[in-house]
Amino acid sequence: MGSLKESAVSGSNPLDSPVKQIQIDGLVVLKIIKHYQEEGQGSEVVQGVLLGLVVEDRLEITNCFPFPQHTEDDVDFDEVQYQMEMMRSLRHVNIDHLHVGWYQSTYYGSFVSRALLDSQFSYQHAIEESVVLIYDPIKTAQGSLCLKAYRLTPKLMEICKEKDFSPEALKKACIGYEHMLEEVPIVIKNSHLINVLLLDLQEKSTVADKHELLNLSSSNHLEKSLQLLMDRVDGMSQEIVKYNTYCRNLTKQQQQKQQYLQRRQQENTQRQSRGEPPLPEEDINKMFKPPQAPPRMDTLLIAGQVNNYCQNIKAFTSQNLGKLFMAEALQGHSS
Amino acid sequence: MCCCPATARIPWRPALSFSSSPFVIFLHFLYKIMAVHGPLVKIHPVVLASIVDSYERRNEGASRVIGTLLGTADKHSVEVTNCFSVPHNESEDEVAVDMEFAKNMYELHKKVSPSEVIIGWYATGYDITEHSVLIHEYYSREAPNPIHMTVDTALQSNKMNIRAYVSSQMGVPGKTVGVMFTPLTIKYIYYDTERIGVDLLQRTRASPSRTNGLTTDLAQVASAAGRVQEMLSTMLSYIEDVLSGKVMADNSVGRYLMDLVNKVPKITAEDFESMLNSNINDLLMVTYLANLTQAQIALNEKLVVL
Repeated sequence: MGSLKESAVSGSNPLDSPVKQIQIDGLVVLKIIKHYQEEGQGSEVVQGVLLGLVVEDRLEITNCFPFPQHTEDDVDFDEVQYQMEMMRSLRHVNIDHLHVGWYQSTYYGSFVSRALLDSQFSYQHAIEESVVLIYDPIKTAQGSLCLKAYRLTPKLMEICKEKDFSPEALKKACIGYEHMLEEVPIVIKNSHLINVLLLDLQEKSTVADKHELLNLSSSNHLEKSLQLLMDRVDGMSQEIVKYNTYCRNLTKQQQQKQQYLQRRQQENTQRQSRGEPPLPEEDINKMFKPPQAPPRMDTLLIAGQVNNYCQNIKAFTSQNLGKLFMAEALQGHSS
Repeated sequence: MCCCPATARIPWRPALSFSSSPFVIFLHFLYKIMAVHGPLVKIHPVVLASIVDSYERRNEGASRVIGTLLGTADKHSVEVTNCFSVPHNESEDEVAVDMEFAKNMYELHKKVSPSEVIIGWYATGYDITEHSVLIHEYYSREAPNPIHMTVDTALQSNKMNIRAYVSSQMGVPGKTVGVMFTPLTIKYIYYDTERIGVDLLQRTRASPSRTNGLTTDLAQVASAAGRVQEMLSTMLSYIEDVLSGKVMADNSVGRYLMDLVNKVPKITAEDFESMLNSNINDLLMVTYLANLTQAQIALNEKLVVL
């Protein structure tokens, strides 16, 4: 955290308004793709740090560097030190050394998790404009780059600061799963020299012989997405059951309390009529301990994740429907 | 069971598109015949983008930038997958390279990808100077038979000439010994996802502000279809030229075209209808389920807040 604070103070002006748009250099895109391709095949996620600066209401990301994977035999590996070393070295070669966020790859769109929330919260707490870039390699391999930028909404920031995840607090803040993460639009920018390079590359390279985007076989991808969706919905139903039992326990307890109070009253009136001193008022709360309210954060996260899956699936099916109709038109002409 | 549309596979470009001037063709030819010895150099586009970016960020007064190339090497080829720039000072008669920095950066990079090793170095600029020889000597201590790559960012010949060299001794042993840089063939290779990324970046060339947003789903399918249509029209114009006698017919191209036409599967109309309908039904059902799930969680949300 110390490194983040230092880099945030040393140069950028903290803005009050959040960023409205993200501008990414082509170089960053290529680096992220390469990082996943080389290091991410076995494990779930690869992560890295984004460097850049804030210009007016845009966040410009000009460079990035990857984070090594955490392995068990690297116990003495110091994350913070690696970051500091890297940023110091990059400063020597005039690369922007200001932390502006981090990136992570995802598996079929499942990234709404506690870990992500915590990391993004700590980043956004230290640097207001930071974002997390989610790169979906499987969707990209299907034909078009899938890169999204997310920030935590201010409401969620408040809740995380309090660390109070009970139902009452969330009800007060009116947070739904749609208000957890907000997406920021991305724009890719290249300098003139990079454009010249791209021109050169286009002339010299062979034509791509894999047109994945027009591939018609969708069942594999659809199956996996639906499988993940089912798992999450199961998790969701478990959480709902937990919450329902809590509600039921609460009402039962209220009833028990009422009954106890009534009995007390009756006894006291009886005793008074007989002339004996009334029984002392006992502390009800100590007798009937209220049940623990289940934390709602996990439910929110699962709901957010399910929502994400559904949106991805819908996008995928709409694309495939378009392709199928095209295939029909093609077949109709030739037969 | 699904069917594939006739995606155009063109592994060979027709000779019409090679429209540069004869002198340039001769230079290409010369470069090709000179590059026979030495390994094949395969470069990923991320390396070139890095080099251009570090050139743009160079210090005031520096005319060129140098850096280390990382990658893997095997018997016949060298694959360059990463690079980082190294600060250096160059004046008329001396050159100083920050070797500490280079070592440090290499260590840091190794932590992320342990399989990458130093395989050479790069410099921006068109020529190979005497200083390059010195720097090359330093790198020969780090890696066996290092590659030297030059990227002409000053665009001397209106193109970004990207060349690679390997050094070899020449001259009379014992008396005047020198170093000769022999050129090598370069190939650009991409991972599939890299290719897709580069295609997206290519689109920024079209817009005047050099920016480009990420497109929506159906628009992507539409643009892919547009590309296939372009390729088909190129082929059609070539075929018409051959038929009208303007261009000589080439048998190998003819065979590829035969393959292409035969790739469209012959299915009866009813079979195709049933396949299509079952697929469409699947997709519609999944869309319906996804919408249902979303409605369900929204409802649950509202009930809890009550």
